[in-house]
Amino acid sequence: MQSANFLWWIPGLPLLGSIVAGILHFVELRARKRSPGDRTYGATAAWCAVAAVGAAFVLGLIGFGALLEVGETGTLTSASWRWIDTGGFDVNVGMVLDRLSSVMVLVVTGVGFLIHVYAVGYMKGDPGYAKFFAYLNLFVAMMLLLVLSDSLPGLFVGWEGVGLCSYLLIGFWYEKGFPAEAAQKAFVVNRIGDACFLLGMFVLAGLFGSLDIATIDAGVRGVLADPERQGQLALAALLLFGGACGKSAQIPLFVWLPDAMAGPTPVSALIHAATMVTAGVYMVVRMNPLFAACPNVLYFIGTIGALTALVAGSTALVQRDLKKVLAYSTISQLGFMFLALGCGAWATAIFHLVTHAFFKALLFLGAGSVIHGMHEEQDMHRMGGLRKHMPRTFITFVAGAAALSGLPLLSGFFSKDEILAHAFADGGPYLLLWGVGIATAAMTAYYSWRMVALTFFGQERFDVATVEPHESPAVMTVPLMVLAVLAVVGGALGLPAVFHVQNLLGDWLAPVLAEGNELLFGAAPPHMSPATEWVLLGLGAALALAFAHKGFHDYRDGTAADARFASERPAAARFLGGAWGVDKAYATWIVQPVKLLAFLIAVVIDQFAIDGLVNGAGAGARRLGMRVRRLADGSIATYGLWMGSVTALLAFLWMWMGVR
Amino acid sequence: MTVPTEHLLILAGILFTIGVAGFFLRRNLIVVLMSIELMLNAANVTFIAGSRQHSTAGDLNLDGPIFAIFVIAVAAVEAAVGLALVIALFRRRQLVMLDQVNELSG
Repeated sequence: MQSANFLWWIPGLPLLGSIVAGILHFVELRARKRSPGDRTYGATAAWCAVAAVGAAFVLGLIGFGALLEVGETGTLTSASWRWIDTGGFDVNVGMVLDRLSSVMVLVVTGVGFLIHVYAVGYMKGDPGYAKFFAYLNLFVAMMLLLVLSDSLPGLFVGWEGVGLCSYLLIGFWYEKGFPAEAAQKAFVVNRIGDACFLLGMFVLAGLFGSLDIATIDAGVRGVLADPERQGQLALAALLLFGGACGKSAQIPLFVWLPDAMAGPTPVSALIHAATMVTAGVYMVVRMNPLFAACPNVLYFIGTIGALTALVAGSTALVQRDLKKVLAYSTISQLGFMFLALGCGAWATAIFHLVTHAFFKALLFLGAGSVIHGMHEEQDMHRMGGLRKHMPRTFITFVAGAAALSGLPLLSGFFSKDEILAHAFADGGPYLLLWGVGIATAAMTAYYSWRMVALTFFGQERFDVATVEPHESPAVMTVPLMVLAVLAVVGGALGLPAVFHVQNLLGDWLAPVLAEGNELLFGAAPPHMSPATEWVLLGLGAALALAFAHKGFHDYRDGTAADARFASERPAAARFLGGAWGVDKAYATWIVQPVKLLAFLIAVVIDQFAIDGLVNGAGAGARRLGMRVRRLADGSIATYGLWMGSVTALLAFLWMWMGVR
Repeated sequence: MTVPTEHLLILAGILFTIGVAGFFLRRNLIVVLMSIELMLNAANVTFIAGSRQHSTAGDLNLDGPIFAIFVIAVAAVEAAVGLALVIALFRRRQLVMLDQVNELSG
């Protein structure tokens, strides 16, 4: 353990950048009142933001270098801040850089930096240019807080912070209407997961008396020895996974992610593909001893992951919107990561997280470049033949699609096959999940190449006269190229054992995951013979190649295959097009009843009962007054009569009482 | 010969009845005020009669007369205020009849 207070600067710098960009936004708004076209402040803000993330990346590298010095289980820790101090229960928030968080920091800042650079070009001319970078930097700061925090409350602040930034950025073009709704949907759905996460933290606080991640990790064995508290441990794991379901878009909470594509494309790339949605995966790996202690929960996680992969992967097959394909593909790949977690393959999940960050960020940015060049057209049926018009985007996009589809020797191939190999090696009920996974892998290859074929090959299905597709500027294509290289060679981080080379990422992470692995597997983790592994690799490669070829071939000449599918199997097309009807089911079974309940409360309880009571008190007093006022008829004689008779009555009463 | 107390009480009763009747039946404000005076004076007569009834030669009971003086004082005030009201009302509206003064009726 080595003290390193500079760790606070890793999230601190982007936060600072965000504040600067935010101030510049307001300065620009004021300047625009004098000269409406003023954009100088926006450009300054953008480069400030890029520099902040770049500096955070450099700090991450410095931390990584320092980590190499401190040995296998060494960590860098910063001074911690006492946030809550109740005497009996304290919450301290500090930054800790260990082998796991260093990987995350490098991915978040590295990919984040490239996407920031890309956004400088993509968002050019937007009236909210500086605001965009303020949000984007705030997001990076929150994500870094999430991965570096040494306690669950600190992690939760980052967790909520990224959710807030996601909301702000999905709704960035809120004046269009739909983005505002999508942002709200994302926020509400995430809220459900976040509530689960909070409850999970409460259970953990009760079990361990502390929310420091290190304390919890170290205490799992002790709790596990006590049979009465095992159930609570499983409950805590389940609740934390509920939180991960929301953030990482797993069944049943995945519905927000496809709609989140309403945000600007760099946002989709950074938040809704590369980093934020992987927070759930990171959290589970971070807490690996806790999850390893509950094998049933782990199998449940694997099942949810496999199902999510299947549902989203099959939905991606029929989408027409380029970004929707990528969105469902992201959900599907996140499902793969959770499948890996379910198998106890923590390092593999992180491996897939990293490669996915490379190739999915690349694909989203490529899609953004296409959309940009096509003047905001997102429907693949109105694209086609773009490889002539934007060659750089085309080549990099193909590299991304190839990596996603798992073509041999590219990054996605190694990470996906490692997941499937782990599922196969675990055997028993996991074989079922392996089957689902391999079917989804085949779909992935198919839809990836369908997407490439529809976008870049075939006839130009748009009006060539009015739409002139053009290649994007270098500020956008250079990040694409860097990411393309990473997507191609990223697999080198985790080569399979049969290649007889070091599994770089696996070995690097092993010390962090030792406790979880030992709790789950004991001394003997499941092992596969090299022959089996070769067969699985071959099977994966063959399936990927076959379905990639089929997907490409079916759609190379145009959209006829889609029309044929829709006319031959209309029910299936509708079912897949609507993501297995999940959204519709939510609308029918949850949103409508809640709206009905809201209507009941608004009209029946509020307007009728409560308002009725309040208004009725007033009206009743008025009606009573109308009756009483008749007594005052203006005749002195009547008043005298009242006065006299009441006096006489009182006198009689007094006498009667007096007698008794 | 002294007047018996019963006669005084009967006189008070007659005076009070005349006052009540005038109060309820007449519409002229001044007459109504006079009727109130009559009722008050009927009460005064009762006080005095009661006081005399309880007095002996060596021990005069003065409770009744004291009360009567208070009532006369209050009656004077009441008459002053009442007549002032009547004059004010007459100046503004040229009215003295009660049934014409009913703007505030319900």
